[in-house]
Amino acid sequence: MDFTVLAKGIALAGCAIGAGLALIAGIGPGIGEGNCAARACEVIGRNPECKGDVTSSMILGIALSETTGIYGFVTGLLLIFVAPGMFMNFLG
Amino acid sequence: MEVSINGARILHTFENVPLLGSVQITQTLAVSWLIMVIITGLCIWLGSGLKVTNISRKQAVAEMGYNAIVNFVRGNMGPEFDRYIPLVCTIFITSVISNLISLLGIWSPTADLMTELAWALVVFVLITYHKIKASGIVGYLRGFLDPIFILLPINVMSECFTPISMACRHFGNILSGTVISALIYAALTAASNALFGALGSSLVIAVIVTVLGLVPAVIGFRQKKKCLLIPGAVVAILGVLAILTNLGAAYPWLTLGIPAIPSLYFDWFSGCIQAFIFCTLTTLFIKQAAGD
Repeated sequence: MDFTVLAKGIALAGCAIGAGLALIAGIGPGIGEGNCAARACEVIGRNPECKGDVTSSMILGIALSETTGIYGFVTGLLLIFVAPGMFMNFLG
Repeated sequence: MEVSINGARILHTFENVPLLGSVQITQTLAVSWLIMVIITGLCIWLGSGLKVTNISRKQAVAEMGYNAIVNFVRGNMGPEFDRYIPLVCTIFITSVISNLISLLGIWSPTADLMTELAWALVVFVLITYHKIKASGIVGYLRGFLDPIFILLPINVMSECFTPISMACRHFGNILSGTVISALIYAALTAASNALFGALGSSLVIAVIVTVLGLVPAVIGFRQKKKCLLIPGAVVAILGVLAILTNLGAAYPWLTLGIPAIPSLYFDWFSGCIQAFIFCTLTTLFIKQAAGD
């Protein structure tokens, strides 16, 4: 019996489900950066003349903690756009 | 909606090169050469005609940039590391121009992971050199056994992960900007075809829409009321474009100008910030490695 179509279906389904699971990694930076912005607002409220320094430090911290969210996003992109081509070549 | 997201295209392959086998010229390599030519031309232009007093505006801009980079490196690493100012400045300028060249429609070489891995490898060699210079090669190897010697694989992994994470952070941000721009462009093309296909399917509908837009526009213009003028002008412009579509000049009009708004964040802000962060991490890691 020829299971090629079934195998291709399972491979594509795996890619799609994996891409959805990969983007759960977006929760982390969302919570962390919200925390960071909240504390920055608090500090600026207490001491309005340090707004420039606090803002640039906050932007630096946000861009660094965005890293793990970007890892998940790139994994999802690879699973949607690159992995099906590879699997179809592999399975014929 | 047709989206085409690819890696770097291979432009030419040289077979049977002595010692290397087959050498491929990819888009990344070709655009990197172009960027090298651009930066060299910029440096020659900015450094020509320098004077001590009565300086020109061009020289003032060049001195401002130079002072910014020198203060940045000295602020992070202290004045004894002045010999790394050219390295940090090179990485920063190359990164900024590579990220922003995608605004001109050219493939940006930083959307290829190999570019960032090369920079991260240079930084990793520098970090290792400074660690060995600070504690000797035996001290460096013993540093991996530091708290407990069971942590040896974890320490080795964390050492290797530093350059990989620097490269992947930069690459991920730029790649996601490229992909999102392609998706927005494709979605606007599909929306534009649907909208102007419906509005421009018959000339009567298009003319009615234009008139419906011109009436409040003219009234708002005469009475100086913005709340009538702006929606009326928008509907009138859509009607005119629908007439053009009916007469045969079909074009995805919605893709003109609207993609510039998300590209303000994804290309301009994200590109410049990621270059700045790569250079900040370079200076901080080298300082930390030499200061132990």
